[in-house]
Amino acid sequence: MQELIRNGIGIDDTFAEAFGMRATAIIITGPTLKWARQAAITMTGYATSVIGCGCEAAIDVDLPPSQTPDGRPGCRVMLFAVSTDELQRQLKNRVGQCVLTSPGSACFAAMEGGTPLNLGAALRYFGDGWQISKKFGGRHYWRIPVMDGEFLCEATTGMTKEAVGGGNLLLLAANAEKALLAAERAVAAIGKIPGTIMPFPGGVVRSGSKIGAKYKGMTASTNEAFAPTLSGVVKSALGPDINAVLEIVIDGETSEAVSAAMRAGLKAVIDLGPKRGALRISAGNYGGKLGKFHYHLKDLLP
Amino acid sequence: MKGLTFTLRAEPEERLDLLALTPDRLDGMSVAEIARLRIGTSRKPASVGDLFKIAGKDASRIVFDGGSAHFDGIGAGMSSGMVYVAGDAGAQAGRKMRGGAIVIEGRCGTHAGSCMAGGRLEIRGNSGDCLGGPLAGEMLGMAGGVLVVRGRAGDYAGDRMRRGVIAILKGCGDYAGSRMIAGSVAVRGKVGAMPGYLMKRGSLLFDRRPEALSPTFIDCGRTDIAFSGLFDRYLIEDGILDKPLLGRRPGKYGGDTAVLGKGEILFRMGG
Repeated sequence: MQELIRNGIGIDDTFAEAFGMRATAIIITGPTLKWARQAAITMTGYATSVIGCGCEAAIDVDLPPSQTPDGRPGCRVMLFAVSTDELQRQLKNRVGQCVLTSPGSACFAAMEGGTPLNLGAALRYFGDGWQISKKFGGRHYWRIPVMDGEFLCEATTGMTKEAVGGGNLLLLAANAEKALLAAERAVAAIGKIPGTIMPFPGGVVRSGSKIGAKYKGMTASTNEAFAPTLSGVVKSALGPDINAVLEIVIDGETSEAVSAAMRAGLKAVIDLGPKRGALRISAGNYGGKLGKFHYHLKDLLP
Repeated sequence: MKGLTFTLRAEPEERLDLLALTPDRLDGMSVAEIARLRIGTSRKPASVGDLFKIAGKDASRIVFDGGSAHFDGIGAGMSSGMVYVAGDAGAQAGRKMRGGAIVIEGRCGTHAGSCMAGGRLEIRGNSGDCLGGPLAGEMLGMAGGVLVVRGRAGDYAGDRMRRGVIAILKGCGDYAGSRMIAGSVAVRGKVGAMPGYLMKRGSLLFDRRPEALSPTFIDCGRTDIAFSGLFDRYLIEDGILDKPLLGRRPGKYGGDTAVLGKGEILFRMGG
């Protein structure tokens, strides 16, 4: 399968298989960037995979005061889910429990169009009659009195059905340290691509999965073909020189954003080189039958 | 296509009801038909042709070249298009407008923007009393849209208002925001006595502490809220103001506790 070489790194002639998803985005602001990010990080905790968390969410990009609605530092957060209903439920619960509660926070729409998802329109009842509705400039806001002032929250945000979840890169290295360095470089590069998130811890997954298991009720289980400690005893996808594999999973607002992110990640890992980072780059798929979106690595090389 | 222009021949001797001369109502009418429209209000009412020279065709852009304090009901009820008055206007300019834009270069009489529900009314000069307010007997005032007065507004600005934004740039008379139900009234400059008199809900936003306030407004201290920054930014981006009105930490009075008491007066504080 291995055909292409870039900067001494083998690139598998394979593709990442990704799925259509629903996505929404909000801007969270705070008195300082630290506290805006804190609200965002809390809100996007336990949101690595739709399989167990209901949604996938992370910070897309930090925003300077000049680019936020209220002129305070903030960040754009994206949420991905498999249905509009689930997206609405996750958004309401997460903003209600994690952003409303965070000191000095405010929350605004960061996506236009699609079915409007309730934001402040769902949380305003926390105001117990003291909430204030404000409509100006073509937008609708709710102001909810809280102990440090007010929680300012736009009434609704937009959503898209064009989102893509599950773009990925597999980084195969001689040891765990090198795999991690390659993954960190890829995460840093992909972090700069607008409209994409990497929902796993620090953007990196170490437990790539296959569908199904020998046990009943398990929908996913370890992908032993990519587990180096089993490389001798199973039908392994790894060669003898590979002792660690890490995966980067990417969700994007559009398919173009996902391919741009994969392109940036590939370039970063290739630039790092095989001595310090990955020896080989691959991608995860399910044979091409499950996901609508296929990203061939050979099309994305620098 | 040139906008439909009404050039005033001479100062009218009677009050004119210009309700008929809006983009919606003139759409598709010929110049001759327009010239025959009755706009006078006396026993021998004048028609459009008696008072104005008519030029241009595009009824979606109406220009009054020359204005008068006798011009009542300019742009009343309009829902789209643009009306420009190169002069003064009388009472009830933009009353019940739902969309489109009106710009009045000069002064305005009473009840400008009365009960307007949408669109944008900009008055470059001063405006009379009851800005955006209802006529006698009506229960609800302004219900939406943007009303900008670049000069000074008279008494009872925003009376019974329930939605939308009023911005006044050179101060206003007494009882600003009286009987407000909701909405926002922003005033730069000196505010008269008893602002927010009997307001239920809504926001009065001032660039200074109001002087003669009803005792039924209660000091709520100095706030630290994101709303002031958001609204300041809106006023600047919309071209209404060039500098922030409220600042980061405005002071607040809550009231009017003589009624529901869920309204607020936010005002800029120094330091």
